[in-house]
Amino acid sequence: MIRLIKIRAFFIEIGELTYFTRRFLKELFSKPFEFKELLRQCYYIGNKSLLLVGVTGFIIGLVITLQTRPTLEEFGAESWMPSMVSISIIREIGPVIIALTFAGRIASGIGAELGSMRVTEQIDAMEVSGTNPFKYLVVTRVLAATLMLPILVILGDTIALYGSYLIENSKGDVSFLLYFNKVFNSLTFGDIIPATIKTYFFGFAIGLVGCFKGYYCKKGTVGVGLAANSAVVFSSMLLFVIDFIAVFVTDIFFET
Amino acid sequence: MHEAKHIQNTLETLISKKRMLEIKDLKKAFGDNHVLNGFNLILYEGENLVIMGKSGSGKSVMIKCLVGLMEPDSGSIKIMDRNLLALNQVELDELRTEIGFLFQGSALYDSMTVRENLEFPLRRHTHKFGNITDTTQLVEEALESVGLVHAIDLMPAELSGGMKRRIALARTLILKPKIILYDEPTSGLDPITSKEIIELMRNIQKQYKTSSLIITHDVDCARVVSERMILLVDGINYAEGTFEELKASKDEKVKAFFK
Repeated sequence: MIRLIKIRAFFIEIGELTYFTRRFLKELFSKPFEFKELLRQCYYIGNKSLLLVGVTGFIIGLVITLQTRPTLEEFGAESWMPSMVSISIIREIGPVIIALTFAGRIASGIGAELGSMRVTEQIDAMEVSGTNPFKYLVVTRVLAATLMLPILVILGDTIALYGSYLIENSKGDVSFLLYFNKVFNSLTFGDIIPATIKTYFFGFAIGLVGCFKGYYCKKGTVGVGLAANSAVVFSSMLLFVIDFIAVFVTDIFFET
Repeated sequence: MHEAKHIQNTLETLISKKRMLEIKDLKKAFGDNHVLNGFNLILYEGENLVIMGKSGSGKSVMIKCLVGLMEPDSGSIKIMDRNLLALNQVELDELRTEIGFLFQGSALYDSMTVRENLEFPLRRHTHKFGNITDTTQLVEEALESVGLVHAIDLMPAELSGGMKRRIALARTLILKPKIILYDEPTSGLDPITSKEIIELMRNIQKQYKTSSLIITHDVDCARVVSERMILLVDGINYAEGTFEELKASKDEKVKAFFK
């Protein structure tokens, strides 16, 4: 019985999220546009995540290279290192790990911020003052997350490749030019474009789930905590679902 | 005889006044919980009307229905001769500029300074003031009315409870509304600050010539502010009259409010 209730609640939530998405798309193209707030959110969401994404990317590059090198050495295939690392980072590891860290920071932040605004009636106050809170709070944040994540992923991937180069340089005496020459020789548009497109969907999902959880936050401080927590859990889960679909679709259109 | 004449005079005065807000047979339920069961109300121009009721009696639900934050199940709401429930979003937003709403917890935007909080309602409604670009004068004027011009660049977290309530009041005043709805204006405040807020509400009514609907369970607030009172019990208008009339009532349920 409890399991049935949980399944029902899950499907109700999916339905509400679908309705929320439809409302987002409707409000996105209707006037007035909140450009100033969108720019502020882009700055906040993008700029404030720079350090986290940079450090994460750098460590991904270092770790993958350090972990993979001994295996390739065994086969005398160290020269494959740049192409192997670049393909795995650009196609999969970079977007997914950076999106996950982004979800941890941004989805929880948005969930908690909108949740506390809901609980303290700030969203109601906004509505009463004649400003559409959905447009001002939700549309701007979702759009900012959608636009900023791909840029952050490109930056994170680049830093990851630089981290990988540092290990290669210290262990295998490979020059910067040679390393990146090999990287760009092995990468094709079929690697870069689908990976970049899916990060837009990742960003959209993170922003949307964070806003959804915060906007419909239950009353009280417990509600705010739950909104922040479930925003991270739900958006992380959604990332993997989107990733699976993206890989599946990529496989059809870009035969790899 | 004298009393009958007094009542007749009062009634004549009320009838001759303009109706700013009119609620008829308002009903609202949450599942099996019937909060409002046919509530009626008329707010006249320049009047201070107090609605008193116990916690959970539906006062806040009623006041939220008046600004479109909640939709009633049935009934009608007329604000300045406009049917609230028949308005589209643009018309509703326009009407909302004529209604100030003071929230129970002040509801200041905590990521903005006091100045930005006050400027926020003006963003989409500067046409009310001839499309002005510099809103500083309006902000300072509103802050002056609540005596807090010096707090203009502070963040809400730096303000005391009483100051927050005053700033929230300044924010509702900035669009120069014709009606102000107060949701428990003195709740959570100490007695001295409560008195200050009550005094401020009276001054504002004189200065801005507003009509006020005040929801409270604070008897002192009701005594000082009200010109007329409605007691909300079980979702209906249980009793109506001036503070003194209701206080003198022999009805047990009415007496319970003044104990």
